[in-house]
Amino acid sequence: MTYFEFLNEHGITLLLGTVTTVKVLICSMILYVVISMIFGLMRLSKNPVIQGTATVYIEFFRGTSLLVQLFWAYYVLPFFGISLEAFTAGVVALGLNFGAYGAEIVRAGILAVPKGQWEAAHSLNFTPAKRIKRIIIPQIFPIILPPAANLTVELLKATALVALVTVVDLTFEAKQINSITWLSAQCFGTALLIYYIMARFALVPFLRWLEVLAARKVGKEKI
Amino acid sequence: MEMGWRWDFTYEILPQMAIATLNTIIAAGVGYMIALIVGLFFLLAQRTPSKIFNWVNREIVEFIRSTPLLIQLFFVYFVLPQFGITLSAWVCGMITIGLHFGTYMSEVYRGALEGVSKTQWEACRALNFSTIYTYRRIVLPQAFPIAIPGMGNYLVGIFKDTPLLSTIGVAELFHAATAVGGYNYRYLEPYTLVGIIFLTLSIPAAMWVRKLERDVNISQGKIKK
Repeated sequence: MTYFEFLNEHGITLLLGTVTTVKVLICSMILYVVISMIFGLMRLSKNPVIQGTATVYIEFFRGTSLLVQLFWAYYVLPFFGISLEAFTAGVVALGLNFGAYGAEIVRAGILAVPKGQWEAAHSLNFTPAKRIKRIIIPQIFPIILPPAANLTVELLKATALVALVTVVDLTFEAKQINSITWLSAQCFGTALLIYYIMARFALVPFLRWLEVLAARKVGKEKI
Repeated sequence: MEMGWRWDFTYEILPQMAIATLNTIIAAGVGYMIALIVGLFFLLAQRTPSKIFNWVNREIVEFIRSTPLLIQLFFVYFVLPQFGITLSAWVCGMITIGLHFGTYMSEVYRGALEGVSKTQWEACRALNFSTIYTYRRIVLPQAFPIAIPGMGNYLVGIFKDTPLLSTIGVAELFHAATAVGGYNYRYLEPYTLVGIIFLTLSIPAAMWVRKLERDVNISQGKIKK
């Protein structure tokens, strides 16, 4: 069987799996961005309860393995009466795990905003909420986007794990085709290529574009 | 089936989990050693004068870095036998982890070397030090503290990625938990125990890395006590 015949027969299946992978990626991306914003801010709170909660959350999710969290969400939560669909469990585990890493990036980004900006906002009598929302947050994007881009590529790679909790994504399809045809080189090789193309020619250019946009917004032109 | 946490079951499976934890630590340690060495090779390949060679090396690193470790594991485990190379799951796992994290490690090394100021090289040239002497006594001692946070993070990172090895049948902690859970049809205790074991190992490891980073910086005179 030539490679072309292989693609002809199984290409559609792999593409359908890719669509699921993209869905998982987009959903968990939205979730992780929201979580990292909230916990990144909480981490800098002066209130020890809020700060403690954020620290425990971050240390917990960074300290345990993503695969363990994924299996916990899918196989153990039903013991507590919470049955999540595989897709939901996957997205929630990915979002919570990457949110913990993202929160640290957001925290570092906020700390990197020059002190003068805080003082200026203070002296102009902005309320604390307005200070964060209008002055600090818009300025953190050029700082946090480069590390966040790396994290997002990691997220794309991590979506492969949801196949292990029976989400029918690209990895799952590749494994399935492998177990039927035993054309391992073709099916895993194609899967690797698709992941590579997604990361290199879609996700990374998109994130670079966001970086340029963010830099332009705060008046730091970036080519 | 009884709901809620069962302590008797926990105690029953604890010895099995403890042995599997040892396997996980061994896997992470060996994987890390391989990654450290593979990283050096990628670094050397980057620093050769040949443009084409550099480009090829760059693309290989990019490819390995932007594809999932899970599929790389499957690829090595299922494809190599088709070419007549049959390796055990352990060996496959170690090779793949070493290659995957070796690419990351080469970036850490590169960043550290570039972090040493150019004037240091010029000073050594002016003092007529040999290249090897310059590396050994001037550049590497300064590059090392820059590399420590990255190297430490990837040690913890490899440790947290070892559960993936269970998918190709390496008998590490997560594999044991799945086996015990499947046998008794109770996943609550095994998986929770895995989480707890990971936490108790990786948090002190991360703290140790932070302390090491501080100590090296102090000994280099970069920060004061």
